[in-house]
Amino acid sequence: MTAVRRYPVLVALIIAALFMVLPFGIVAINAVKSPAEYASNGPLGLPHGLYLDGLKDFWQRVDYGQKLVNSILISGSVAIGAAVLSVLNAYAIGIGRIKGRTWVLAFFVLANMLPQEALVYPIYYLSKQAGLYDTRLSVIIVFTVVQAAFGTYLLSSVLGQFPREIIEAARIDGANKWQVLWRIVVPVSRPTIGVLLVFFFIWTWNEFLLPLVMLISNDNQTVSVALGVLQGQRLMDATMTNAAALLGVLPAIVFFLVFQRTLTRGIAVGAVK
Amino acid sequence: MTVTVERDGRVVRRQRSRTDRPRRPHSSYALFLLPGVLAFLAVIVVPFLMNTGVSFTDWQGVGSPKWSGLANYRELMDDSEFWASFRHSLFMVVAMAAVPTVLGLVLAAALFDFVGKHFGTKVAAVLRACFYLPQVLPIAVAGIVWSWILAPDNGSLNALLKAVGLGSLQRDWLGDPDLALYSVMGVMVWVQIGFPLVVFMAGLQRVDPQLYEAAELDGAGWWRRFGHITLPQIRPEIYVVLLWCTIAALKVFGAVYVLTKGGPGGATDVPSYFSFTTFFEKTQVGYGAAISTVLTVIILVLALIGLKLQTRAEDAEEGLRA
Repeated sequence: MTAVRRYPVLVALIIAALFMVLPFGIVAINAVKSPAEYASNGPLGLPHGLYLDGLKDFWQRVDYGQKLVNSILISGSVAIGAAVLSVLNAYAIGIGRIKGRTWVLAFFVLANMLPQEALVYPIYYLSKQAGLYDTRLSVIIVFTVVQAAFGTYLLSSVLGQFPREIIEAARIDGANKWQVLWRIVVPVSRPTIGVLLVFFFIWTWNEFLLPLVMLISNDNQTVSVALGVLQGQRLMDATMTNAAALLGVLPAIVFFLVFQRTLTRGIAVGAVK
Repeated sequence: MTVTVERDGRVVRRQRSRTDRPRRPHSSYALFLLPGVLAFLAVIVVPFLMNTGVSFTDWQGVGSPKWSGLANYRELMDDSEFWASFRHSLFMVVAMAAVPTVLGLVLAAALFDFVGKHFGTKVAAVLRACFYLPQVLPIAVAGIVWSWILAPDNGSLNALLKAVGLGSLQRDWLGDPDLALYSVMGVMVWVQIGFPLVVFMAGLQRVDPQLYEAAELDGAGWWRRFGHITLPQIRPEIYVVLLWCTIAALKVFGAVYVLTKGGPGGATDVPSYFSFTTFFEKTQVGYGAAISTVLTVIILVLALIGLKLQTRAEDAEEGLRA
């Protein structure tokens, strides 16, 4: 292909990519504008200097620090819990090759595909009965199980191809199944487990329906729910909206920069199997 | 538990020769499945069965449910709101599965075999990252961003149209019943496009570069190579993406909640939002359960068909290779 024809395609792709990130840019410039500036120049004018009071006001008004702590606590616990559960399930299915494993696996896959709408009211009702309603623990328990369904599915196929000789050798050396799992299978599968941890964390961070129903008090809400509820009430002015959007976008961008490689590799692993 | 397993293992090892061990090894591995299965029963199976059971009652969330048989389902058949919500679901499938898959294919092929080859993989990776970015955003945050960009007065889109002299095209993008659904669809394309793109780019790495070189030598243009090499080679990825995205489109909730709350006048209502309001605002729990049961059946049927197609395609490919 000639250079003359090459560049228009590249330029078109770059314009398309800019269009994708444009909303982030608009949010960023408007989050640091003062309300007066916004009123006089509209959303597209460039800010004159940094006005951070909007961000500060919003942070205090929604107690954003607490929301961050809640999100980190919930997503972190779910990631670890779901990874442990996935490893245990996948050990039995992929390496133990238990009887009827195809059915067990199909059961986990279907459980993962169930819409949360078909679980939400009973979970709401049962957690009220159990005294767990409006606790972070309730959300942690539910998502640990939901995410483990996907983890079981993915890890089972990875462990199904685990080199059997290593396990045989360890068994001959006198290791029991528990020791084989933690000293050999887990360390060898660390890359896949790492991918799962990242995915579980981000997925849980972004979850909306169940946390919206389960976490009604301000002190327990996650970032996603707090921002979504505020937006739903339409109580915010333009500066506040942008402050909210920027503070919601920032953690996502941080995850993205830190985990970009893991994310794309994970998608590759997940898609092939 | 562990101790017994261990002792069991040792006894077995001492008494039997190595060759016949694989015949009785599997029983105790099932113990590792126990926590997972119990947790699943408690968090997914029992609530799911409860929901299905409640869908046959007129329960209001308090008191004891009274059996009403198929009454809820009969009512659904005549409920125009219900049918409208499923019609909107089809629009969401177009916006979240069909369009992103087609665009994702073209973009992935262009980035992989054109930009990557002529301008370096770094450039391709940066562009890919731009397209993928919305995927890591909580949907609630994407909703905030877009409902402000699409706002009727002083929204960025309207301001932009005015600035370039197209002021006559200004609209109340999310508040106009004729437009709202299309606006939501546009946002969902933006949200969704990165997923197929990244999956397809990963898939393209499997393709033997010699295929492209041979085709290029034979004088095949870019679109011919796309149609005859790229598409057939990454068919498994296309199946997976279509299946996952269709299911995600049927479940879409957060975007509708944050962007439009199903409005204006139900113009963007979808089944999951419809069941949510029926459960928690109207507290018609039995009726809400019926809606979500219908949604579940549709999703599971689709998932089973999708999995079947996928395994059949894989079998066919293996058959060809063998």
